[in-house]
Amino acid sequence: MSGDRSIRKHAIARLVAALVASALVAGCAMGPTREDPFEPMNRVSYKVHQVIDGNVVKPIAEAYVTYTPEIVRTAVHNFFGNIDDMFSFVNDMLQGKGEKAGNDLGRVITNTGFGVLGLIDIAGSGNIPKGDEDFGQTFGFWGIPQGPYLFIPVFGPTTVRDGSGTVLRAFTTPVNLINDVAARNIIWGVGLVDLRASALQTENVLNQAALDPYTFIRRSYLQRREYLVHDGKPPPRKEEEE
Amino acid sequence: MTFVSTRRKAHVPSALRFIVALAALVATAAFAQEAPDALVKRVSQEALSIIKSDPRVQAGDQTHIRDLIEAKIAPHFDMDRMTALAAGRAYRQATPEQKKRLSDEFKSLLIRTYSNALNQYRDQTISYEPLRADANATEVTVRTQVNRPGQTPVAIDYSMEKTPDGWKAYDVIVAGVSLVTNYRDEFTEQVRQGGIDGLIKALAAKNSAPPPPSK
Repeated sequence: MSGDRSIRKHAIARLVAALVASALVAGCAMGPTREDPFEPMNRVSYKVHQVIDGNVVKPIAEAYVTYTPEIVRTAVHNFFGNIDDMFSFVNDMLQGKGEKAGNDLGRVITNTGFGVLGLIDIAGSGNIPKGDEDFGQTFGFWGIPQGPYLFIPVFGPTTVRDGSGTVLRAFTTPVNLINDVAARNIIWGVGLVDLRASALQTENVLNQAALDPYTFIRRSYLQRREYLVHDGKPPPRKEEEE
Repeated sequence: MTFVSTRRKAHVPSALRFIVALAALVATAAFAQEAPDALVKRVSQEALSIIKSDPRVQAGDQTHIRDLIEAKIAPHFDMDRMTALAAGRAYRQATPEQKKRLSDEFKSLLIRTYSNALNQYRDQTISYEPLRADANATEVTVRTQVNRPGQTPVAIDYSMEKTPDGWKAYDVIVAGVSLVTNYRDEFTEQVRQGGIDGLIKALAAKNSAPPPPSK
């Protein structure tokens, strides 16, 4: 928290920000006041998403929930959760969060070693909390702004910053170490189905709550990410009130 | 200090002391407000026990569930402030009649959403964080955590204010997502398209539509 540290942090942040910005958003206007400069395009993407999702992805996720025993789904969810924890550990380290790093490393070692490659969340039963960190949050921690909001069909809401994190993760995930192409693709596919299945209930609430689901998802996503970047303590927002 | 005051009190006739004590007791009972964290805990425990025991709730009787929420939970929310926060400038410029209609429609929408989501809360337990606030604070945040078996716990925070009839919530923040902030974008968009009446109409239409099929 010393001035020296924050200056250094600022300098590194600027460097990383400049690199990421030039590499990934060349040509895109980054307006800090407008979160969603590509709204018309994003809304089209959202419509495309609804068609693909409603006809293909969602039915698969629903069938998966209906026909797969819960114990299998839990094991699948834990397996991918274990990979999340590995990435969370890396990102804890990148942000210098020692306690979270210890927890996540402990989780990965326990669950990989004693929980059959992560199929059983032993660490969770022992109450070691998940760090839930990712590359997008690390970028945010170092001062990189969200950049424009994006809605990508099938993948859903993201931003230039968080999306860059997702791409980075996709290239570095241990799933890529599997040499057998078919097996690797199956694991990728199951991972996406698991992700989609976990959003089924939320979606139901969303459809009841929202006047315009597009705006509702956007605001929820941006609020959630802000909250995660600040580890649950986002800076207070100025309330407009009577 | 205590010793001195005890000695001084000993000079007061015991009957008078009794009356003073009694009066103090009555006054405390009349003016004491349930602490905000105690209120959140009582109301959510009550709701949880209803979800677990009421057969009509379990059968998914939406009308019954809505009545229960209206009676047990809604009174602990300050709907006018929630509406003012969500509608912002448009609310300040609205007539009293528009304000009332807007607040009523918003309330119905929240009740419908909550009743629709209620069946997901069956297996959950709630833990309550100790309240960190000044004794004479008039605005506090009560933090709770909802635990579901096999899933990451979800933080649910209530922004609360002190009113003459007890503490009332004016925002709910689920996993970092503020309900009021979400609706502010929604309301702004509707007001831009059709003014405050357009917003009221959109809410009314949403409320009269059949709820989406629940899975």
